[in-house]
Amino acid sequence: MEPVTQTRQPLLQAQGLSIGHGREALITGIDLTLAAGQVLCLLGPNGAGKTTLFRTLLGLIPPLAGKITLGGSDLALLGRARIARHLAYVPQSLQPPFAYSAFDIVLMGAAARLSGLARPGPREEAKAHEALERLGISDLARRDVTRLSGGQRQMVLIARALAQGAGGLVMDEPTASLDFANRAQVSEAIRRLAGEGTPVILSTHDPDHAAALSSHALLINRGGVVASGPAAQVLQAETLSRLYGTPVRQAISPDGRRLFY
Amino acid sequence: MRLSFSLAASFAVSLAGLGFALLLVMALGFAIGPYPLTPGQILGVLTGTEPDPRAYTVLRNIRGPRVVSAALIGAALAAAGAAYQTVFRNPLVSPDILGVSAGAGFGAVLGILLGLPVMMIQAMGFGFGLGTVALVMGLSLALRGGAQLLVMVLCGIVIGALVGAGISLVKLLADPDEQLPAITFWLMGSLAGVKRLDLMAAAPAILLGLVPLIALRWRIGLLAMGDDEARAMGVEAGRLRLIVIAAATLMTASAVALAGVIGWIGLMVPHMARLAAGPRFDRMLPAALLIGAGFMVLVDTAARSIALIEVPLGILTAVLGAPVFVVLLARGARRWSL
Repeated sequence: MEPVTQTRQPLLQAQGLSIGHGREALITGIDLTLAAGQVLCLLGPNGAGKTTLFRTLLGLIPPLAGKITLGGSDLALLGRARIARHLAYVPQSLQPPFAYSAFDIVLMGAAARLSGLARPGPREEAKAHEALERLGISDLARRDVTRLSGGQRQMVLIARALAQGAGGLVMDEPTASLDFANRAQVSEAIRRLAGEGTPVILSTHDPDHAAALSSHALLINRGGVVASGPAAQVLQAETLSRLYGTPVRQAISPDGRRLFY
Repeated sequence: MRLSFSLAASFAVSLAGLGFALLLVMALGFAIGPYPLTPGQILGVLTGTEPDPRAYTVLRNIRGPRVVSAALIGAALAAAGAAYQTVFRNPLVSPDILGVSAGAGFGAVLGILLGLPVMMIQAMGFGFGLGTVALVMGLSLALRGGAQLLVMVLCGIVIGALVGAGISLVKLLADPDEQLPAITFWLMGSLAGVKRLDLMAAAPAILLGLVPLIALRWRIGLLAMGDDEARAMGVEAGRLRLIVIAAATLMTASAVALAGVIGWIGLMVPHMARLAAGPRFDRMLPAALLIGAGFMVLVDTAARSIALIEVPLGILTAVLGAPVFVVLLARGARRWSL
């Protein structure tokens, strides 16, 4: 891992971003910054455009307006492999059509660093093992992923993102379909990665989860940005009420965390 | 490191086993026939040390081209099936999905109706096969502005039905004594009439289609994760998928042009290959090539020796393939979606 300093430019920056499919804009006027160590949490009702924003940030669909800078370069000018070396994508779930082993899945992360005709060699395999080890799931390496639990699959996907060697992670509702224990395991992994300097941008439906995990938050609804900034400022009962269009109240837990209900 | 080493070693062992089995089956194909050959005679001809003149004629002109064609066609259909299943992320997809087989069949049948020479019939089969795929892909692009999976498959079904109607029309117009039997026999698949020249015309196209599949085999496997994931991992998914579809289509159309419509191989063999070598495309592709080749040689040898008349290959592969398909459905249907 390269040393990360505060003076370095942020990994990802978007200014005046409008996103959507085709001509119709889903959200306009998005500004966001993702720098080392940050966990940026994206909150919004269903259909607000969270996945569309992620796809735009990953360069999978072009923005309708605005500019995205990734690793200091204009995203629109970067090739697929270059983008993948900066930003890894962790989809909501892992449902391959064939019964791959966890190791096979993690090894796929090598694609960003291999030329078109190359196949992963011992170096890439070592990297994949290292990623599994870093998350403490080496025991899953040879298991058929279609027989793993949702949480284990999510961990395998995170390991693949690590093996990709990207500077940051984009996670689409990483804990949406997980039970309590699995959710805690995945959350802990995200916290640790951020602590080690890898910034994460993730979406969630759960404000408590966001409050517990994130350093920054971006609240979006159909049409535009509701609030954006440090999590402690943005995640307030009043803003959440506006976001979801339903009264939200908050309480403080004995250990000082905000809880919403 | 020990883990990946032992996996690689077991993979090498199963490939070597499959290669050996293919050689045995091909030897069997060379030996069996109206004029049986001994292993000594076959070796004598192959090595050129002790050429028995009759064995030489049989192997060079009749059985050799036929066995080699069977191996090539089996390998081509199996590889095309494996490629289609991977890029369409569906283990139930086969080379017929884009209307390749039906299109090639229509072209060849039209050639028979027009009384064209054999080479022209093959060329028409090939051209119509490629044309059908172009039509299917063009239509799905026009409808959705992107290569959407479901739309493409549905377009394949629609165009396939249209082509099927065309084949029926040709059958209706054909001379019932001369052309109709030839058309029917050809639509069921047969290697009975394959000559050295036919093989030499079809082989380069099949091998040409195989080159990108082999060269890009590891990266192609990533397409099974879906477009967004593959692209986010640094793969130019759209371009790669087009290359794979073009290559697999070239192989399928060439195989159909050579031996008629032979179903099931492209569906069944990739599953066997996954059982032998695991689900990774870079590992199952060589296994699929070897199993497909061996399976087809075996089926063709049976087709020309179990009865007094030649049994069409399509009938044998269907009899073998249908039960396998049902077993696959029963075992894994829960995971499969389009």
